[in-house]
Amino acid sequence: MKGLFRRVSETQRSPITITVNGQPVTALEGDTILTALLLAGGQLRMNEFDQKPRAGFCLMGACQDCRVWTESGDELRACSTPATPGLRIVTAEVPWTSQ
Amino acid sequence: MDKPVVIVVGAGPAGTRAAQTLTQAGLRPIVLDENRQQGGQIYRRQPENFVRPASKLYGASARSATALHTAFAELLPHIEYRPETLAWGVVDQQVLVEHNQRVEAIPYDALIIATGATDRIMPCPGWTLPGVFTLGGAQIALKAQACAVGAAPVFMGTGPLLYLVAWQYLKAGIKPRAVLDTSSLKTRIKGLRGLRHRPAILAQGVRYMAELMRAGVALHAGIQPVRIEERDDEDGLRVRGVTWRNSRGQLRHTVGDAVGMGYGLRSETQLADLLKCDFAFDPTSRQWLPVTDEDGATSQQGVYTAGDGAGIRGADGAEYAGALAALRCLADLGLTVSAQEVARLRKALEPMTAFRTGLETGFPWPWRNAASLPDETVICRCENVTAGDIRRAAGSLDAPELNRAKAFVRVGMGRCQGRMCGLAGAEVLAAARNIPIEQAGRIRSAAPIKPLPAKIRGIMT
Repeated sequence: MKGLFRRVSETQRSPITITVNGQPVTALEGDTILTALLLAGGQLRMNEFDQKPRAGFCLMGACQDCRVWTESGDELRACSTPATPGLRIVTAEVPWTSQ
Repeated sequence: MDKPVVIVVGAGPAGTRAAQTLTQAGLRPIVLDENRQQGGQIYRRQPENFVRPASKLYGASARSATALHTAFAELLPHIEYRPETLAWGVVDQQVLVEHNQRVEAIPYDALIIATGATDRIMPCPGWTLPGVFTLGGAQIALKAQACAVGAAPVFMGTGPLLYLVAWQYLKAGIKPRAVLDTSSLKTRIKGLRGLRHRPAILAQGVRYMAELMRAGVALHAGIQPVRIEERDDEDGLRVRGVTWRNSRGQLRHTVGDAVGMGYGLRSETQLADLLKCDFAFDPTSRQWLPVTDEDGATSQQGVYTAGDGAGIRGADGAEYAGALAALRCLADLGLTVSAQEVARLRKALEPMTAFRTGLETGFPWPWRNAASLPDETVICRCENVTAGDIRRAAGSLDAPELNRAKAFVRVGMGRCQGRMCGLAGAEVLAAARNIPIEQAGRIRSAAPIKPLPAKIRGIMT
């Protein structure tokens, strides 16, 4: 799957690896989770009302459309959370009963 | 007596200058910043390990950006700076904050609200597709992450940000496929009366347009968005292009893989609302704004607003307004302030206000579009509430204003609390009931004004 985003510069940063839905995704130090995911693919999560993909909207923490989850169920706002080495996230909400 | 505690919410141009003015009077304000680094949205910084110079990031505003960043660095020893801290409520002279999943209540003697603005959005069919971002979002991707939102973006909307962002993409090597502006050449000429009050800014805008045209980017005026087209293939669901009508009503299509959209800005006013500050309908921007005097004092004692959160006057205006609100706050606290400085700041704000009126006249919010949106158009993107749902609330359910419609069909009930849909939702309702927009009301704010983590810790006293 092709990513939505394109890097235009700042490509000399150190690579890091995060895990998204169990799969490794390479990013660069300083990328947000949103950047890492939208360079690698075309969506962040499914809207819970129509099950159609969403990929964020405002990138400034206002629209709340870019949320993803850690494997332990913590919700993260992808646009304002840095991708850090070893971070493990999922793009579907972890059911409460399994937490 | 202990020195009074002043909390400044926001660390953009207004919050920074407010904090600076308070320190100059010997106070040590608490500055709450939702972002990781000071600068706000307009002077948002890139992560520390990025290397682009300010001239690349901020273009013509590089000097202002650097000055604001430097001023803040000098302030740091004299303020209590709390980055990554969300001010999510306010009650009994205390701001309720969350940082790193911990909540806390911080008492204050005076509060300066400098919470800025977000893009003003008029939905159109397809605007929830992956690849559609606000103009501000498209700019943040570039500025703070050195990424373009697509390889072939289309920019649609109106206002100065439309051309600035398109130009910034062009400079970054990503040629916009088109700039689609809902404002007509006729309204822009009408706006000149106000816009001429800031000739340098006006000239800059004209230069962006000229450079875009010279690079072969088509700039269309007086357009009407029809829909953002989708494709659904091995890459998943995403943007295929934009269908629109030109100024003569002819159907046109522009191919692209991303859309940046926005129609001017809307103020973030939730904290003033929680404090029960008086609000008034501003006919220029068709938004409800906190009532303030010319220095930013609200109807509530000890509460001030400054910057775009108080009404859109732009970054330079925000710097003046931040300083002015802080001076007013100091005077109200019984401290001596320079009458000369107050007069200077008030005078400096005059052209900003005139320019703002020029912008709203020249690049108006296309509110009439709300009436003609197809019923199936999503208005509230949090909960997928459609224009048809709002019309049903306004019609058979007889909701007289937006909060009743929210109770009936959940428009504005979602996680963004109506930040994205509130203005358009009110327009849809007003059109459906054939009432003036000021009678359609505004979505009431509720704490927490942004979602809090479920695993919250801390003690509220």
